[in-house]
Amino acid sequence: MSNKEEKGYLSAKESRRISKENKKVTSVLEKKYRRKNESEEEYLTFMEDTNNAVEVRDLHTYFFTDMGIVKSVDGVSFDVPIGKTVGIVGESGCGKSVTSLSIMQLLQRPQGQIVSGEIRLNLGDKAYDIARINAAGAQKLRGKYMSMIFQEPMTSLNPVFRIGKQVDEVIALHNSEMTKEDVKKRTIELLELVGIANSEGVYKMFPHELSGGMRQRIMIAIALACSPKLIIADEPTTALDVTIQAQILDILRTLKDKINSSIMLITHDLGVIAEMADYVVVMYSGRIVEQGTAEEIFASPAHPYTIGLMESKPVVGKRVDKLYSIPGKVPNPVNMPNYCYFKDRCEMCVEKCDGDYPEFISLSPTHKVRCYRFYDQKEGK
Amino acid sequence: MLLLSGAQAPYMEKLMRKFVIKRILISIVILFFVGLIIYAVMRFLPTSYIETIARQKSMQPNSKSYEEWMAQLSVTYGMDKGIILGYFQWLGNAFRGEFGDSWFWTVPVTEKFHETVWLSFIMGLISMILELAIAVPLGVIAATKQYSKTDYTISVLSFITISFPTFFFASLLKLVFSIKLGWFDLFGLISREHYHLTAWGQFWDKAAHLVLPITGLVVLSIGSLMRYTRTNMLEVLNSDYIRTARSKGLSERNVIYNHAFRNTLIPLVTIVGGSLPGLFAGALITETLFKIPGIGYTSYQAMVAGDIPFSMFYMVFLAILTLAGNLISDILYAVVDPRVRLS
Repeated sequence: MSNKEEKGYLSAKESRRISKENKKVTSVLEKKYRRKNESEEEYLTFMEDTNNAVEVRDLHTYFFTDMGIVKSVDGVSFDVPIGKTVGIVGESGCGKSVTSLSIMQLLQRPQGQIVSGEIRLNLGDKAYDIARINAAGAQKLRGKYMSMIFQEPMTSLNPVFRIGKQVDEVIALHNSEMTKEDVKKRTIELLELVGIANSEGVYKMFPHELSGGMRQRIMIAIALACSPKLIIADEPTTALDVTIQAQILDILRTLKDKINSSIMLITHDLGVIAEMADYVVVMYSGRIVEQGTAEEIFASPAHPYTIGLMESKPVVGKRVDKLYSIPGKVPNPVNMPNYCYFKDRCEMCVEKCDGDYPEFISLSPTHKVRCYRFYDQKEGK
Repeated sequence: MLLLSGAQAPYMEKLMRKFVIKRILISIVILFFVGLIIYAVMRFLPTSYIETIARQKSMQPNSKSYEEWMAQLSVTYGMDKGIILGYFQWLGNAFRGEFGDSWFWTVPVTEKFHETVWLSFIMGLISMILELAIAVPLGVIAATKQYSKTDYTISVLSFITISFPTFFFASLLKLVFSIKLGWFDLFGLISREHYHLTAWGQFWDKAAHLVLPITGLVVLSIGSLMRYTRTNMLEVLNSDYIRTARSKGLSERNVIYNHAFRNTLIPLVTIVGGSLPGLFAGALITETLFKIPGIGYTSYQAMVAGDIPFSMFYMVFLAILTLAGNLISDILYAVVDPRVRLS
């Protein structure tokens, strides 16, 4: 390690050693994930609060790369209540997508692995711990109980299959009792639901014949096809222009209420969060730095990073020459030091900041922040 | 062109026709110059068929001198003109479908071609089918198990086969299977007692003689096709729509063999379709090493003897096959990929 810091790169020997160690760890985890013939008791669990659709507890998701272990998600805990929208914000590389992929069990294996923690998914009559589930079990959950909308609608649909087939597929898979005609009828219905006028025509089209907004609607139709408990929307509007963005968000919101599912909305667009989310989780370098209700986060942001994010967003009616940007850049994710990761970029540092990574401080029953600036406040209470 | 939609089909059809016509016209120009170069090279070759004949004739007792024979034979074989003029003469005849008589084989070029090309075609077809049947599944397996022991084993083996020169591998096959084990004859298409066998026996006799050459051809060609399949499959497996397919809850089998493989097929069909004309080209080195009387071995003998009519015919034929292969793969691309497909 010391070698690396001096030279800034790894020697071949060191790299080999790392990759050998990684292999040891990942092959054990991989074997566990690929295990067969497991009864569901293996991953059966109980919800802390049955009003939650998903409870994530102390989730650790690491990537075992040849450069070293990247702790993409390092002890993340949050709840997604039924029927609510939780927004996860943070800049690129902060671990928000990895969190969602962990929930879906769609990580890039074998490098990406859930190392520890719990992801409890509420199925109504029972609850599963996705962090302990095996491949076959996770496959049965995907599409039926949880689904995902990806950020790149242009490439998210298979170019060689017709739209109809791609929507039919997911319905037929999870509803084996439905006949072919029923499935088609449901698909057409779904297409109309997401606002596609010429649904019969679109049914027979190929993805390349549709625009980006249309394709994202198809993706939403696929995601909602089986009325899942949880919909993960990973930057669903990033690649779309503003008017389409508004329409897509509108569809998502109304349809979510219709089938009473929860949305986990991942974005770096605070405007989208303000419009959609009930709860907000702010992530930085694999950890949650602040979480609370949307009003709390927007009205009284506490963590310097959240404050910085708010300031770097253009405000209508306010004239500025140059938008604010948080100084510095995201730290290297390999071998993170044990102090506040934001310290080097922070403009509000206090003396205590040299200490260990701060713990959560509750500012209200729902509002929590990990920053030394609020330690005094706590002690004062 | 990739972004045109189905609604613009008539326009696309027109575009496609224009594209094909343009490509054919360019091919004709290329062919003209390729032919010229081949002709010039053939004329410059140190082994001149006419010189050999003239020398032989002048050696005979009471014969004319070498120079006199040369002058006479040059006129007889039409080699008294310069290269450019000679080429145009050949071209003119070729346009009328007259490729002349082969000097070495002393039969019309087209007749000898007909006699030998089908054997090469059958050999090529069998090896291509085997190649596809082996290389494509191996490539898919290697890609789905990337960086595993299986992947490394397949990759190393394929690199070994890519790196082997044909003559070396063929000699190795002969050493092991003909000399040491004695399972097959060393070379040739028929065995000594061939004409005493029944029709069925004759067929098996020929088939047995083709085993080693086809093995050589297949083993040496699977490497690159397998690498190609693996690369394409990996690219597809890392694409967003595969992640979408997984997020639907489809089985890994369905994801790989339905969603991913259909996309891998696009470049694969293109490359295989493009190599179809090549089936007629023969395998010059393999056929020569095993003395299989296919088009490759036949033209090798003609070339060594300096047989200009036969060599010209074969080489220009090869050029046409190559150009046709390229054109076919371009057209196939449009046929297979719905993004470029004509409705």
